[in-house]
Amino acid sequence: MATRQTTTLARFMMAPSVILLFIWMIVPLAMTLWFSFLNYNLLNPANVSFAGLFNYKFFYTDPAFFQSIWNTLVLVLGVLLITVIGGIALALLLDQPMFGQGIVRILVISPFFVMPPVAALVWKNMIMHPGYGVFADIAKFFGAQPVDWFAQYPLFSIIIIVAWQWLPFATLILLTALQSLDGEQKEAAEMDGAGFVSRFIYLTIPHISRAVTVVILIQTIFLLGVYAEILVTTNGGPGYASTNLPFLIYRTALLGYDVGGASAGGIIAVILANIVAFFLMRAVGKNLDK
Amino acid sequence: MARAVSTNRKIGFTVAAWVVALLIFFPILYTIITSFKSETEAIAGFSLIPSGTLESYAEVQAQSNYFKFFLNSVIIAVGSTILALVVAVPAAWSMAFSPTKRTKDILMWMLSTKMMPAVAVLVPIYLIFRDTNLLDTRIGLTVMLMLINLPIVVWMLYTYFREIPGEILEAARMDGATLWGEIVYVLTPMAVPGIASTMLLNIILAWNEAFWTIRLTTTNAAPLTAFIASFSSPQGLFWAKLSAASTLAIAPILIMGWFSQRQLVRGLTFGAVK
Repeated sequence: MATRQTTTLARFMMAPSVILLFIWMIVPLAMTLWFSFLNYNLLNPANVSFAGLFNYKFFYTDPAFFQSIWNTLVLVLGVLLITVIGGIALALLLDQPMFGQGIVRILVISPFFVMPPVAALVWKNMIMHPGYGVFADIAKFFGAQPVDWFAQYPLFSIIIIVAWQWLPFATLILLTALQSLDGEQKEAAEMDGAGFVSRFIYLTIPHISRAVTVVILIQTIFLLGVYAEILVTTNGGPGYASTNLPFLIYRTALLGYDVGGASAGGIIAVILANIVAFFLMRAVGKNLDK
Repeated sequence: MARAVSTNRKIGFTVAAWVVALLIFFPILYTIITSFKSETEAIAGFSLIPSGTLESYAEVQAQSNYFKFFLNSVIIAVGSTILALVVAVPAAWSMAFSPTKRTKDILMWMLSTKMMPAVAVLVPIYLIFRDTNLLDTRIGLTVMLMLINLPIVVWMLYTYFREIPGEILEAARMDGATLWGEIVYVLTPMAVPGIASTMLLNIILAWNEAFWTIRLTTTNAAPLTAFIASFSSPQGLFWAKLSAASTLAIAPILIMGWFSQRQLVRGLTFGAVK
């Protein structure tokens, strides 16, 4: 009888979380889905009608749509490439014996705690500004023409900023994984005459591969939603050159007042995110069984 | 001989690591330095030595009532964290100590709600907030951030609680402890570190959240994220003022972050990497 009592109590304790998250998940999503089938403009809210798949067709035929999908992919893949390779290199470096390791670690992880608007504005104005930025100062020092980063390479500049924010995350997680590598194994490999490269390929890579997977998947989830960095630097421009899918949806919804179109875009974003989520859940789920 | 070589190697690694670390930290360092410059100094070319003036800080406060935004950030970040803990502690507790067949499914489902892209629900949330007069209110934003971070909070607490050995409860029971005694004297002391770390990480995440905080506020409830974002269309010279506002906005969270490195790994990987 005691067990039944505990089960009831357990259910009671879980109920608030489950109910809240259930409402949070279902209600807005259902509304988005419903809106995506409507002609619904906030400037003309009295005139709402059923649109069928028109919004999807509209979104799909908009040239900005494919550009924004492409930009989203370039942004995600570019940042992943920089942070994963840089993260492995940095983690390997920080795992070595050195003086002041604790302070080095603190310096390296700091960018992760900087809020996105600060990170983006500091890079935009103090580092990459063509007149007063540090990059411009360096260029002038060497007698070169300063680069107007956000006008000439808008998406690349945003990738640099976002990569700076996420490199610490990748480094920290990979370093944690590295440090759990058995020291005796490393010594044994060294005694058997394995050099740095073969130790890296046969010992380190297999050991951290799971952590790398986790880094890639978690970052992808966040990178698919990059927003503030674009808002405060390029505002999506020039043209649509740095507009990603979230930014296009925001533009359609709150600047174009097109509820239906933005909702159709939202559903497309959900589908994209779900493809990634599927793999992440499998990776995390495996760990739960252990 | 071998020792000398290893000391040399250590010095080599030290130099390499410090150079890389300072390069990565440089934008933050330069922001802090620039915040102690005057506006004309700030655009006068590269210099690592500020005149040490505090006028930028004073001006940020005088021109835009900086403290109001700071207070909003504190209220929203701390408030949403406490709310989330109140809801999540019992849930994580019951999942860790009396798991059922469905516990794993519930946990995975909670995680899946975190995968929903924020923009996908921007329109309905915006309309709901507008129709219930929650736009630009602290309470609206607090509830919003609580919901966003609830899955991470439940997960983190769960991974901590799961590490409290069940045998210790049996031992306490054998010694004649009551249920109340168990909770107060045995479990609580063991759970507090986990709850504290969860709280720390969640405050950091809520403080830096920059989608809903910007879109759902205008002036009254705007936290620092929204305030700083307003610098994107500046008038006149503003480098030093931007730096002062930024330094104040990131300093508290930077310090908290340094103390929560380990918890960060655990919390953000949902326990997959410890």
